[in-house]
Amino acid sequence: MKQDTELPKDPEQGKVESPAEEPSAEPSFAFSPEREAKFQEIVRRYPTSFSAIMPTLWLCQAEWGWLKPGIPEWVAERLEVPVRRVYELISFYTMFYTENPGKYNLQVCRNISCHLMGAQNIIDHIKKKLGIEVGQTSADGMWRLEEVECLGACGYGPVMQVGDRYYEHLTIEKVDALIEEWSKSE
Amino acid sequence: MSDFPKILLDNVGVENSHTLQVYRSRGGYKSAEKTLKTMKPEEVVGVVKDSGLRGRGGAGFPTGVKWGFVPQNSGKPVYLLVNADESEPGTFKDRDILDHDPHKMIEGIIIASYAVNCHDAFIYIRGEYGWIVKRVQKAVDEAYEAGLLGKDILGTGFDLEVIVHQGAGAYICGEETGLINSLEGKKGQPRIKPPFPAVVGFLDSPTVVNNVETIASLPWILEHGADAYRGIGTEKSPGTKLFSLSGPVKRPGVYELPLGTPLRELIFGEEYGQGMLPGIELKACIPGGSSVPVLTAEETMAAKLDYESLAEMGTMLGSGGCIVIGDDASMPEVLKVLLQFYHHESCGQCTPCREGTGWLDTILERMLAGKGRPGDLDLIERVCQNMAGLTICVLSDAAVMPTRSFIAKFRDEFAALLPKDEEPEEFVPIARSAEDRS
Ligand SMILES: Cc1cc2nc3c(=O)[nH]c(=O)nc-3n(C[C@H](O)[C@H](O)[C@H](O)COP(=O)(O)O)c2cc1C
Ligand code: SF4
Ligand code: FES
Repeated sequence: MKQDTELPKDPEQGKVESPAEEPSAEPSFAFSPEREAKFQEIVRRYPTSFSAIMPTLWLCQAEWGWLKPGIPEWVAERLEVPVRRVYELISFYTMFYTENPGKYNLQVCRNISCHLMGAQNIIDHIKKKLGIEVGQTSADGMWRLEEVECLGACGYGPVMQVGDRYYEHLTIEKVDALIEEWSKSE
Repeated sequence: MSDFPKILLDNVGVENSHTLQVYRSRGGYKSAEKTLKTMKPEEVVGVVKDSGLRGRGGAGFPTGVKWGFVPQNSGKPVYLLVNADESEPGTFKDRDILDHDPHKMIEGIIIASYAVNCHDAFIYIRGEYGWIVKRVQKAVDEAYEAGLLGKDILGTGFDLEVIVHQGAGAYICGEETGLINSLEGKKGQPRIKPPFPAVVGFLDSPTVVNNVETIASLPWILEHGADAYRGIGTEKSPGTKLFSLSGPVKRPGVYELPLGTPLRELIFGEEYGQGMLPGIELKACIPGGSSVPVLTAEETMAAKLDYESLAEMGTMLGSGGCIVIGDDASMPEVLKVLLQFYHHESCGQCTPCREGTGWLDTILERMLAGKGRPGDLDLIERVCQNMAGLTICVLSDAAVMPTRSFIAKFRDEFAALLPKDEEPEEFVPIARSAEDRS
């Protein structure tokens, strides 16, 4: 369970700066047409609107990368549910982000099988290499390091998840090569 | 050990095994078709009961018996929730089915739904398996297009909707009532049982929760019959099961074995783990996922992989997540890793679990930091006594079982962390201070 501290701290964060105009109104959101169709399907198929909150939040993360300020309220409005029900889920589940997780969020498994295969060395190495602690995002917003619980890849450890992908059988050389590759992608 | 039919992994390794075309070319969906066209639902329940199939999610409850609890004519819809949350540390078996043979699970869903008169099924997949969610969704879409899901399946008049649902990172959603709450759009906190989900579950309706592997065993059982299934494995633990092998062995991975196979075969067998990595000796093994009691090396060499044999040895088959521990590992450190996990994943509803997992984690952390106190091991035991069997779900017990067994079987390693001049035991209540956690 996630600790109860991850609701948005800075309401300004993530808002697009509009140059020297009058303070913009409530941020307004819209799914791409394809995701809008998917949203309609969710609403049609799920038995209750509460059930539909989780899949809708996933859809938002697919669209915007993370749950920017204003999105939970917008989701509540679209599903006609109290906004506290949306925040309740966001704060309970670890995979909904109310802060930008960084471009490359390195989520390294720290659990038993990966531990036995040397996960701690991998974590220590990343800390040193990127100069960030666990739970920190680098100043340029490029990297974040997280320790996560078992990813269900225990036979192929140490393992990390980055975005939608798993990187398995990690070694220090492999991590270096990946970080190098991603640095260049900028 | 090679003379048994592969029931679960027979398609894994075949090119494009995840597609409908390949699945059908290998005889797929014939079992569901036969079941829907020639059997009555109660006959299906009967065959599954007779087969002796037991739930593969951890508890090992007989599947047919569970289905039998579902009241018919309750006036409410019946739901089937497939538990693909797979988050027990050391377990990565359902992933093989979901990734490489999703149609086997879908065929099982059709059979199970027909048996319990369900027309709405959900597949609840753990959030981290993002690419698997896409793969399963694709397979479900294919099945709809082929008339294997939706209205009037294969012209039999049977309707079934299937929704693929993605979790969002919380171990406790694997517990069946936590899963139900999560699917209702709530925090994934378990419910008090009874009532059991089979009677009052999702949206207060009768609900069957079954593990992916349980469901994937059904097509074979309905095709070949209960007796054939009983011909594999042991009398009380029939059939084959998937075992996830991890730790410092040469060939970790997912293997299908008849129940009753010696554990040493899984770890050392040529076709399986092929033994320990060079330079490492076997020290211990957790046979059923992180929540079950640990076995010493000696016990590991003597153990058999079935529900009864492992229970006799004081441990459990659980999820079949076999975690091998080598002599290079420190048992207190390994236990600390687990306790941190249970502390983090406790949903916080029950005081014994919320506080107990925190205390166990804290005490061990303190011991590992060189600040152990005489009597700490007894203190741990006292905390365990206040946690076991007293909570809404068994996560609390799942933290206690490794703790007690690690300390009982590897006591020297834990005792070595305590000050040498052992003082007479006295209960010293400790304050939760920064010092304790440092
Ligand atoms: C803390 C906890 C976590 C669990 N996690 C899972 C899981 O990830 N997958 C699973 O299939 N069962 C899990 N279970 C077991 C389920 O509660 C339930 O028994 C199972 O899904 C029933 O299916 P089966 O009868 O087919 O095994 C968990 C149980 C507990 C107490
Ligand atoms: S035992 Fe722990 S995880 Fe289970 S319901 Fe109670 S607090 Fe939650
Ligand atoms: S322990 Fe790391 S993936 Fe399971």
